[in-house]
This record gives sequence, structure tokens and C-alpha cells, in this order.
Amino acid sequence: MKIPRLRFERRLSSPQWLQVAALVVSLLLAMLTIAVIFYALGVNPLIAFQRIFRGGFGSVYGLKETVTKSIPLMLAGVGLTLAFKGRMYNIGAEGQLFMGAIVASGLALEFSEWPAYILLPVMFLGGFLGGALWAAIPAILKARFRVDEVLTSLMLVYVASDAVKYLVYGPWRGTDTRGFPITDEFSAAAQLPRLIDSRIHYPTLILALLLAVLIYLLVARTKLGYEIRVTGENPDAARYAGMNYQKIALLVMLISGGLAGLAGVGEVAGIHFRMRPPEGISPGYGFTAIIVAWLARLNPLAAILTAFLLGGLLVGGDAIQIALNLPAATVHVFNGVILLFVIAGELFTRYRIRLEF
Amino acid sequence: MPDDQSAIMVAAPQDTVETATIIMRGIIKRFPGVVANDGANLEVRKGEIHALLGENGAGKTTLMNVLYGIYHPDEGEIWVDGQRAAIHSPQDAIRLGIGMIHQQFRLVQTHSVTENVILGLKESFFFPERAARKRILELTEKYGMKVDPDARIWQLSAGEQQRVEILKALYRGAKILILDEPTSMLTPGETKDLLNTLRRMTAEGHTVVFITHKLEEVIEASDRVTVLRQGKVIATLETAATGESKLAQLMVGREVLFHLDKKQVDTGPVVLEIDKLSALNDKGMTAVVDLSLEVHAGEILGIAGVAGNGQRELVEAITGLRDATGGRIAVNGQDITHVPPRARIERGVCCVPGERWTALIPGMSIADNLILKNYLQPPIGRGLFLDRAAIAAYADGLIKDYAIMTPDRRTPIKMLSGGNIQRALLAREIACQPALLIAAHPTSGLDVGATETIWQLLLAERERGTAVLLISEDLEETLSLSDRVAVIFEGQIMGLFPAKDANLEQISLMMAGALRLPVRSTLRQAQGSAYLAGEPA
Repeated sequence: MKIPRLRFERRLSSPQWLQVAALVVSLLLAMLTIAVIFYALGVNPLIAFQRIFRGGFGSVYGLKETVTKSIPLMLAGVGLTLAFKGRMYNIGAEGQLFMGAIVASGLALEFSEWPAYILLPVMFLGGFLGGALWAAIPAILKARFRVDEVLTSLMLVYVASDAVKYLVYGPWRGTDTRGFPITDEFSAAAQLPRLIDSRIHYPTLILALLLAVLIYLLVARTKLGYEIRVTGENPDAARYAGMNYQKIALLVMLISGGLAGLAGVGEVAGIHFRMRPPEGISPGYGFTAIIVAWLARLNPLAAILTAFLLGGLLVGGDAIQIALNLPAATVHVFNGVILLFVIAGELFTRYRIRLEF
Repeated sequence: MPDDQSAIMVAAPQDTVETATIIMRGIIKRFPGVVANDGANLEVRKGEIHALLGENGAGKTTLMNVLYGIYHPDEGEIWVDGQRAAIHSPQDAIRLGIGMIHQQFRLVQTHSVTENVILGLKESFFFPERAARKRILELTEKYGMKVDPDARIWQLSAGEQQRVEILKALYRGAKILILDEPTSMLTPGETKDLLNTLRRMTAEGHTVVFITHKLEEVIEASDRVTVLRQGKVIATLETAATGESKLAQLMVGREVLFHLDKKQVDTGPVVLEIDKLSALNDKGMTAVVDLSLEVHAGEILGIAGVAGNGQRELVEAITGLRDATGGRIAVNGQDITHVPPRARIERGVCCVPGERWTALIPGMSIADNLILKNYLQPPIGRGLFLDRAAIAAYADGLIKDYAIMTPDRRTPIKMLSGGNIQRALLAREIACQPALLIAAHPTSGLDVGATETIWQLLLAERERGTAVLLISEDLEETLSLSDRVAVIFEGQIMGLFPAKDANLEQISLMMAGALRLPVRSTLRQAQGSAYLAGEPA
């Protein structure tokens, strides 16, 4: 008896419609899988989906929260589109976000007397540098010693996270926090303005939108962007054309780390007004940003939209946690399932798959 | 070639069925834009060592992949031991007693030899470690292969890893063993061991087919040899009744396809000067040895030789992708031996490398591929930005001037046919107005029409006064295009002479390393004396 087998044939081209179709089908299958998980948890999947949607997008409050959460996702996600384009698989945006938060908090606490128009820009600048330098470590290890940046950037997340813990439990613990592991509240000058009746710290949002456009222009229109695209698609050709691989690897990592750092600044200066333990600052924005970048097919402008969608999912996830009494990790399961299906779906755009008998 | 004609006719099942263990008839395998096997016939006798000889791209590996079930032929029949065989997968091939050892080993680096050998077998639920170990030791003993069954793969040399691959095939009961370029990774000592093992296997009734482009191995190891050229079987010969130079002729072909209109060009000053250059290959072994050459403006210097004799390393040393371990390279009098690739490009060194895709970005548009060398300079690059209008004009201009057949400049370059891809690549390099143009295997894999246009473009560059360094395995191409020809063997120049004085027999001997002429690297010396003074080594 012959057993039917799958045969993979490389496609010469992958038309636009196929890429869109693969994405849509992947998302539908991801939803289906999530539905099974809900069912197993004893929740009616349709009700759960409805609650998620309503939570994230179905009310003014929900939308405001969704925009709020999309800010760090957008910043980190846009940065990652650039890194991934240059074939640097930066998985550590979460850690770079923490480093941005640390530097910004340090500046806010140290120079609390400074006026806002100096202090806030300095915090953003410092946060960018903090994230960028944190990302430079895996970049240099990769460019110099060919150490896999996936591992190093991921491991550095835990180092950064522990650094945050050390600071809030130790030297930075506030004087009027009744023992909680948090810093004192930043001075008013270090607090970002918000839209009325919301937590939307709009300067960061504007910065994120601006950077998305800038990164798009960088990739599409500049010499450097061209070098990044060539290096990402074919490092051999880049070398052959005399491009400096090490420079490009370092640069895309610095920028992507810097943007994640800015996301960290936004969280401490726009949401919390202080430094908290790591899980208080970020519910995994840096990791969710990977999905943001991938869903956007590495297009920084599309990342604005995907950041908004995933922000809504986070808010909706919070809503069902409370309403349907589900564990807090449910949202992370969603994210994982979605990423898995989206990446697996790409296979269909690159290969033609046949069943052979 | 009457004797060759008769040789092609051997594969008739009715009268060879007793001796032939494999018969392949009329195998046709097409890939997009190329016919890899064009009606190939092969007959392998039981218990022989059969060499499959041909240049890169001649279709040797494709033919064997068809036999091993990796590719399905578009047309043709396969007979194994007198039975018509339908081989759809390597599993089918293994069932028929055919085993293949690929050029790239397929082993799990962190596992032991024994684990690798039995990996994937469904003999029993439990891991049959002890029985397997015993059987492996028996096999190694029987065929004189030294391998420690408990060693981890990463600890083994290339030769030892290859033995593990052979063990894998034997363990699965292979009676017919196909080896793809088995000696390419081996040291001379390991090569000798391998050939001994193969001989012991045939003595035990196994049959061996090995793919090679090295003439000496064919002579040393095989009983019979089948020569392929451009997807067709040219001849099947008894090895004892032939010789290296005869095989070289069959392999590269002798008839000139086109009459080229080569204008008289006065050669100018020396552009490329290579003095005692040495370089290593990727494995750190010597690939180019004390090589000296000069290429003048307005001349084409052709380097003839069998692939893998240092050509790639030579090209990469000139373009800056590989460090020179000794010697000096100068372009227009400026030393470039240790300057980075970009600085060489700026000094007018342009290159069409043998591996096309190392110089192109498959998924990017034709326009983006065409600007790879001049995106930094105006009008393409302006300040930090790329001028999109200038790119469009530039790309459209090249597409028109070089008759690149494409829907438009935005089409990803991988969508084009091989000839058009090569034309685009050459267009890009020529458009930079190089002082030195290196063209490595510029027409390999191209059809006749595409070949001709590429040749015209190279001749036009020569007329413009560019120094052209042509590297090709196609002797016919080298001889018809070049003004002077150098023959390379094991990283050394075996002879350098005007193309019009070429003697095919001597070139064949030089390509096989059997003849070396006194080296005259400069033009004047070569023109001033008869080059045929050399004696067979």
C-alpha cells in the first residue's frame, strides 16, 4: 500500500493575493484553535470572542485603552520591522524596553528639578540610548563572533528585567511608598501629558507615528535602507557589492533597540509616573511587538495598524479575564497561537504543496 | 566521432539485460529555463565502477537524482536488474538496492556514528544500538573503512563522515552505490582510501557509480566512463581504452558553434597585474599558488581549466572577497591587494561571478538589482537618499540597451529566464565602465542564443578598451573569445599562449596537470616566442 505524501515545491513567485489569503486563513485558523482552547476552559468561544472585541474596540473606554497599549507596541514593533528586514532577529525588545525605562526613570529621579521641556526630551533621548546600547550587545557579538543574536537578545531580557527588580527593591525604592517596591512618583516635569479622560500619553503616540513614517522612508528611499534590504535578502550580494555587513547589523539593532527603549520611556513617564517591577511596566509588549512586526509583513506603516489590533487584543484579554474568570496567561496563549499560525502560513506563500499518492 | 556514436547505442535492454544492473533510457528532465537532462542514456554493468564525467551543469547530478528518486523525469525509462522501475522517492530507490552519497553530507552532527546509521530505520521500536554497532563493525571490517561507531559526527573529518554516509547506504542493503563528487572534500590520502574501499565493494558484487569532473580519478578508479555534456550523453567508453586528453576533449566539446566577428584591437597598457598570488579555499587548503598574470586593456585573457582548480578563489582574491595569503594584485598600477571590496569597485574592478546568485538579490526588483554597484553615486544616490526617478530612468535604459526581456523594471529578478538574468548582471557590471571586467562562467547554463549575446557583450567591452579576465570551463568559449589563454591546474598556471596558437591536445594535458609550459606571464614574451616548447611533465 502506498501512503500519500506531501510534496513541497518551491514557488518561483508569490503573488500579492496569495500573501493576503495566507494571512487571512492563518488568522482564521488561529481563531479556531483559540476557540478550542476556550471550549476546553469551559467558556463558550463565541461569547469569549465577542467580549474580547467589545472590550478592545466596542466602547470609548476600550478604544482609549487600546490606543494606550498600542503606543509601546507600535514603537517596539516598528523598530523590529527594521531589524528583521536586515536579517537581525532581535527577540529582546522587551529587555531593551526595560533599559529605556531604567534610564528615563534614573534621569527623572535625578534631575526632577529640571523644567519639562528639557527633562522630557532628555528622558526620551536617554531611553533611546539605553535601549540601543542594550541591543548593541547581541549585535556586536553577532557581527564580531557570529554568536546567534536570537539567544543573546532573548537572554538579555532577563538581565534587564532583573536590573529593574534590583532597582525598585533596592536603591531606588521610594521613601513614601509604604514598603512597596516602586520608586517615588516623578516630578510633574517628568510626567507626559495625556489626552483628557484617558491614559493616552499623546507625545509618545505622535513620536511613534512619526518614527513609523521615518523608518518607512529610511527603508524605501535611502541608500542606507537599500543596504539594509540587500543585506537582509542576500548577505553574499551585500558583501560582493562592498557593503559593510557589520555596520548594517549594528545599525539596525541600535535603531530597533532604541525604539523599544522609547516605548519604555513612554510607559514610565506616561502611564505609571514611576518605576515599578518589570511585570508592572510591561505585560510583554516587547514580545508582542514581534507579532506586530510579523503581521505587518515588516512594513513599518502597516505596523501602526497591527499594533492597534494587538493592543485591542490585550485590552480585550484583560476584559475577559475579569468577566469570564479566565487565567491571566490567556492573552499570552492567544499571542503565541497567532504568531505560530502566521509564521506557518508563510510556508504556503513560498511553496506549492501537493498531496501525492 | 564514429566510435563515440556507437558508444551511445549501448543501452538496448534486450541484449544487455544480463550484464546491466541499471539502464536509463531517454531521460529528459527540465527545470524552468534549462533542460538538465536531454535524452540521456546510461547503462551500468553489475560489479563495475562507472564514472560519470562532465563539466558543472552537464547534468550528472540531475541524472543521478532521477535514479535515486529525488527528481521525477519528464520523459524516459529506468530499468533496474532487468525490471522496469518506477522510482518516486529515495525510499523506492533504497528498496531497489540503490544508495546515494550526496556531496553535502546529511548527518546529525551531535549524534554518534551508530545513531546516524540507523536513524530513520523502522526495524524495531527500541533503539537497536548493540546489534547495529556489531553490524557496523562488520561492514567497516569487510570494506576496510576505519570509523569508530561511537564517535560523534562533529569529531570526524570529511573523509570519515563520508564513510558514515557509505555505511548508511550499505546498512540499508544498497547494492548499487552512487557517489556525487566523492573526492571533492577529501585529502589525497583519504581519496586513496576511498578508492580502495570502492574496489573492495565491487569485488563483493556491489556496483558503484561516481560523479566527477576530475579526469585522473576516472582513469585511476573506473572500469567504464560515461561523458555528459549539456545534458546529453556524449559517449560511454571502456576506461582502459581511453586517456585523459581524449576524455577532456569529449567533456568540453571541440566544435566551435559560432563564427565570432572579432575585430583587431590594439592592446593597451597593463590593467591587472597579479604577482605571485596565493590564496586559500574555504577549508583553509591552498587553492591559488604563486600565480602571476597580466591582463592588458583591450584584451580578453581566458583562463581554461577544470572547475575547482582555484578559479573561484582567484576571482575572489581579485574582487576582495577573499584574503590573499601572499603576493600582490595591482589595478592600473595601484596596489589593491589588501583594500576592501568597495575600494576595488571604485577603481573599476567589476565582476560577474560564477555563482550568479551571490551577485544578485533574487526577491528584489530588476531596478534594485541594476543599481547594486552605483547606488552611492549621483545620479542614483543623492545625499542620504536614492533618486527614484533616476533609478527608473537608469534601469529602463539598461533594460532597453541590453534587450533584457522583462514585463517591467519592478519585476523581481528571479522571475526572469537564466539568459535574461545573466544579461542584466552583465549589463550592470558593464554600465559601471570597468577598467577590469571579470567574467566567470558567463554562459554556463545558458542556451545558444543567450550565449551568443553574452559573447557579443564581452567582445564589445574588449573593443572599448576594457581588460577582460574570462574564466570558463567551456574550452570552446575560452578559445573563441580570448586573445590569450592561460590554463589553470591546482591553482597554478600550466601554460599561457595566444589563443590562435592553441593546441587542443596540449591544453587537455595541461588541464589534467600532465604538462606544464615555462611561464611567460607578460604579453610581449608570449608573443615573442613559440609556446609549444614545453615537454610533457
